[in-house]
Amino acid sequence: MTGAIKQVEDLHLLNLTKKFGDVAAVDDLTLTIPAGSFFALLGASGCGKTTTLRMVAGLEEPTSGTINIGSKDITNLRAFQRPVNTVFQSYALFPHLDIFENVAFGLRRRGIKDVKTPVNQMLELVELGAMARRKPTQLSGGQQQRVAVARALINEPDVLLLDEPLGALDLKLRRQMQIELKRIQREVGTTFVHVTHDQEEAMTMADTVAIMNAGRIEQLGNPADIYELPKTVFVANFLGQSNLIHGTAQGRSGDDILVTAYGQTYVVPAARSSATTDSLIVGVRPEKMTVLDAPEGHRAPESHNKISGRVTDVSYAGVSTQYLVRTPWDQELTVFEQNVIVGDRCSVGDEVLLHWAPEHTFGLENLGG
Amino acid sequence: MVVAKRRSGTGYLLLFPGMTWLAIFFAIPFVTLFMTSLQEPVPGKMGKYQAGFQLSNYTNAMAEYWPQFLRSFIYAGIATLLALVIAYPLAYFIAMKGGKWRPLLLVLVIAPSFASFLLRTYAWRTILADEGPITSFFNALHLLPDDRILNTGIAVVAGLTYNFLPFMILPLYAALEKIDPRLIEASSDLYSSGVATFRKITWPLSLPGVVAGTLLTFIPAAGDYINAELLGSTKDRMIGNVIQTNFIEFRDYPTASALSFVLMAAILVMVFTYIRRAGTEDLL
Amino acid sequence: MRWLRRNLLGIVAILVLIYLFIPIAVVAILSFNKPSGKFNISWTQFSTDAWTNICGVPGVCSSFVTSIQIGIISTVVATALGTMIAFALVRYRFRGRSTTNLLIFLPMATPEVVMGSSLLALFLNLRFPLGQWTVIIAHIMFIISFVVVTVKARLQGLDPRLEEAARDLYADPKSTFRYVTLPLVAPGIAGAALLGFSLSFDDFIISYFNAGTLVTFPIFIWGAAQRGIPVQVNALATMVFVIALLIVLSSQLVSYRRRKKLMST
Repeated sequence: MTGAIKQVEDLHLLNLTKKFGDVAAVDDLTLTIPAGSFFALLGASGCGKTTTLRMVAGLEEPTSGTINIGSKDITNLRAFQRPVNTVFQSYALFPHLDIFENVAFGLRRRGIKDVKTPVNQMLELVELGAMARRKPTQLSGGQQQRVAVARALINEPDVLLLDEPLGALDLKLRRQMQIELKRIQREVGTTFVHVTHDQEEAMTMADTVAIMNAGRIEQLGNPADIYELPKTVFVANFLGQSNLIHGTAQGRSGDDILVTAYGQTYVVPAARSSATTDSLIVGVRPEKMTVLDAPEGHRAPESHNKISGRVTDVSYAGVSTQYLVRTPWDQELTVFEQNVIVGDRCSVGDEVLLHWAPEHTFGLENLGG
Repeated sequence: MVVAKRRSGTGYLLLFPGMTWLAIFFAIPFVTLFMTSLQEPVPGKMGKYQAGFQLSNYTNAMAEYWPQFLRSFIYAGIATLLALVIAYPLAYFIAMKGGKWRPLLLVLVIAPSFASFLLRTYAWRTILADEGPITSFFNALHLLPDDRILNTGIAVVAGLTYNFLPFMILPLYAALEKIDPRLIEASSDLYSSGVATFRKITWPLSLPGVVAGTLLTFIPAAGDYINAELLGSTKDRMIGNVIQTNFIEFRDYPTASALSFVLMAAILVMVFTYIRRAGTEDLL
Repeated sequence: MRWLRRNLLGIVAILVLIYLFIPIAVVAILSFNKPSGKFNISWTQFSTDAWTNICGVPGVCSSFVTSIQIGIISTVVATALGTMIAFALVRYRFRGRSTTNLLIFLPMATPEVVMGSSLLALFLNLRFPLGQWTVIIAHIMFIISFVVVTVKARLQGLDPRLEEAARDLYADPKSTFRYVTLPLVAPGIAGAALLGFSLSFDDFIISYFNAGTLVTFPIFIWGAAQRGIPVQVNALATMVFVIALLIVLSSQLVSYRRRKKLMST
């Protein structure tokens, strides 16, 4: 380890497709992962994120498409020829070798003679210096995971791939490792591609998040951007929760689109709508809404979007209270209110008015259903 | 975890030496066995045979030796059943109650196989000797038709049962060990008595092991002749004895080959019908 | 009475185990016997003659050595051939899989009488001289199947991710095999070899049909059974039993100790 930040280039995936029989696990994927970034590939099981990762590693052959690092085409290189290393979900530590030899494995295969110094340095970096001569089965899950990271990083790859590496750890340990991995990435400067189904993990760790669904990228951007402005129904529902109301665009008012739904009008900033037709879905996140008792309804600001309804469920969750509110058109909306004022809660059956600022609204394409 | 298999020709390369060996020294011999079974005597020369198509070899052989065939299957069948009854409790104990002693217990099960098969069988001549404690005991109870065990069919069956017991224990153990103990717990949670749990849960789930064990016991037992030779009398000769005698002593290769072939065919037929019935859960 | 009912299974199990060992005990005890006649069947008097003069009877030690030689050669060849087949079955695609499987598993379902006699028929028809080589050929034939089954099981239990990790870490196919696959399959291959050797050493029926005038240890015992088995045979067999038992027990002890060390750290 030289200590200097590694010079890396962008990772380009172009029209990458992987078919198993007739099923496309990865469907014409085009993606650029910026050099030196912490990139998260987020999606549910079966969405193709692990398959994509394996194709980058060289462990799976693409049906079509190319993979480039900078200008270098690595698509046809075998796994052991690529400057890419993987941290496996099950760690895949070699049970017949001790920790030292596990970490030294990649160096030895590349013909490096003096492994002692780099291996010991790397073990210090992941705080496992004392375990050098133990066998993997003698280590805890968290320790094994750190060995897996060390074993991969020591080879100074252009890209480090992480396949749900924190899945097997308990909550506290997972949080610790999330911070650890972020720190290491920043120190080392290698591009990290982290595959996970845990959205909280993706959003806290990554600079850029790509949400994958059915072999394709639904949306890509930094965590805050894609959370605050989802561009598809899938993203709106997958990332956090959303209230989605089907409506029809009626016209414009300056920079805003006016949408009517069930007899009411809502203001959606045009810049926050990805709909291309008049059939539009009005969306708002539960935490952006405020609950007012119906008699107090006049206190809601004039410019705000408003909905009236009746409380059907109240769940106290410590930090916040979650309400389920039934609208006049029988849709159940979710509202999160932070418990700032102790004791101030609605009860089931209360008539309430929900309101939120228009700039928190987003508009989505209504693709039927 | 399924690994994608490689498409290259390396597979054929790896298979070639071993499979060729099996083809030449296992498969082809059956052909020569069949051919030999059809040979006819060379006219004028005693004891010499030439290629022919004498199907009467089969009919003659069967006419003369069908009692030994029958005896072989009966002895092997009884021995297999006895082995099942004796092996099951031990296999069950090791699988369900063995705990940390399992590896040691399994070693003890296969350990007897480290000592010479012939000597172990021969040792029964000591154990079942006419004046010995066991024979005297059974004689006192007037259970023995010939007043002795040795040199009767009883000794032969006893020997067969003993010799092939490990082949019954291990498959039974393997199947029982796979049974999730929580299934048995669930059964008793649902008001099932010990016997009913065994009948409805344990036994059916152990059937693959029972099938494997009975096959691995019956097949070698049917062809065995060591037990018959060492522990039985001339009245207890099994088909294996006959085949050996005809091959080695009489050098009546056609007859011996015919018998061998029929034995193999009979076993194959029995095995396939057995497996088919077992496959439909319709066993024993 | 209650105690009996609860522990009935354990008692029966132990009785069965004792049943398995009674003949072994008889063989061992009789190795210290000094029989009055030629037949070593009932106890006469204690003597260590057989042990101190273990090669005293002609043919005993020579047949023993013959069996060991045949065992080693057959095991080495059969293990090599069987391991290759196991790898092909688990790792490679090829056509005719069901025929291959049939040919591999059929020997295990064939009575030794049939295998021995059919091989003899082959050798007779080819006028191939019977002797050491025909026995070795026969042994290799029936050991291969057992090797395939043993190695295949071990290979299938191997986590494929480990080999992927090796490739990910710059190991080309040869290095992956050498540094990851082989070390992890080795115990299975060793086990198969041990199994093969014990099958060869103790084989009687197939050997008898194909040995011609050659005398292996089991063939010697068979021939001696009618005339009276020398006490030395009991001694040698007991010795083999004890050595084999010690080997297996010590390997169990080693892995037990290793596991205990793992737990305590």
